[in-house]
Amino acid sequence: MATSTMQFKIYRYDPDKDNAPYMQDISVEVNFDVDRKLLDILTRLKAKDDSLSYRRSCREGICGSDAMNINGKNGLACLTEIKDLKQPVVLRPLPGLPVIRDLIVDMTQFFKQYHSIKPYLINDGPRPDRERLQSPEDREELNGLYECILCACCSTSCPSFWWNPDKFVGPAGLLNAYRFIADTRDQATNERLDDLEDPYRLFRCHTIMNCVDVCPKGLNPTRAIGKIKEMMVRRAI
Amino acid sequence: MVNRILVGAHYGLKDWIIQRATAVLMAVYTVLFLVVLAIVRPDSFEAWRSIFAHGFMKFATFLFLLSLFYHAWIGVRDIWMDYIKSGGLRLLLMIATVAVLVGYAGWATQILWRM
Ligand code: SF4
Ligand code: SF4
Ligand code: FES
Repeated sequence: MATSTMQFKIYRYDPDKDNAPYMQDISVEVNFDVDRKLLDILTRLKAKDDSLSYRRSCREGICGSDAMNINGKNGLACLTEIKDLKQPVVLRPLPGLPVIRDLIVDMTQFFKQYHSIKPYLINDGPRPDRERLQSPEDREELNGLYECILCACCSTSCPSFWWNPDKFVGPAGLLNAYRFIADTRDQATNERLDDLEDPYRLFRCHTIMNCVDVCPKGLNPTRAIGKIKEMMVRRAI
Repeated sequence: MVNRILVGAHYGLKDWIIQRATAVLMAVYTVLFLVVLAIVRPDSFEAWRSIFAHGFMKFATFLFLLSLFYHAWIGVRDIWMDYIKSGGLRLLLMIATVAVLVGYAGWATQILWRM
């Protein structure tokens, strides 16, 4: 059995008890035969101290709930290999959003921005008998967009989102905006572009590309943002 | 005033294009200027002056300066929009920025045509 001890430094804050957040040093026995991902270790830590709070659900990179800042970089605990982690492993909540408790942040602002781009198909045409069809080529354009799990790793690593979370849609919202702009079944392309032609909503993005660096699903919000800008240019000239 | 989140000014694309276009113009001018320097190799004030005495150089330099000031305007305004939360202070800083840049543009043009 390959066991060893791993060192952790974890951000702790319980607003009911603590005056201020603090970093807790804690070590845990790891069994490398069964423990693969950071979430496995969090489960062990929680067994040791059940006041430690974090979100998780699917434990396989689908629900997007266990996003956190791991050794300075946002990622999903359930997809992060423990073997690759430098010790002590520093865990913090996602930056830029209000902390509710320990590693749990308040995602209200993030989802407000997501909802603001109308993340649903708009088509006032007559309803088809079955589904609305697309050619395989048109469908191709949605690859790399529809896979977004709304984990917020990208938006909370974006300085522009830190400074203006109430006004800048952020990489996740903009990637999803482009998912509907790119959809040939959607009829609201013009309205969507109008809505984003705004110094804050879209043009706060300064192509810093932190978002691309952290996306655990390997998506590229910067490219989606570039394509929105390109469509605006094509519409304007 | 009630505290509402105000977005929807619906501008930004034009500035974004101009920022890119002015960057290209400045890059082209930089290459041109280096080539001219390599050819003329000015070693005296008169030689420097002769570079800008040429009509084409005046035109290109003027274009470069306008690009520089417009580019600076968009960049500096973006900084104010990112970091200055108070609307009044932001407007004040924007006006100051425009005033300084327009002043510089006039001054630079005057110098250029004196050469
Ligand atoms: S684009 Fe990637 S990082 Fe951003 S919310 Fe979607 S899945 Fe998460
Ligand atoms: S590329 Fe744009 S959206 Fe992505 S991190 Fe940078 S500023 Fe934010
Ligand atoms: S627990 Fe669902 S994405 Fe990690």
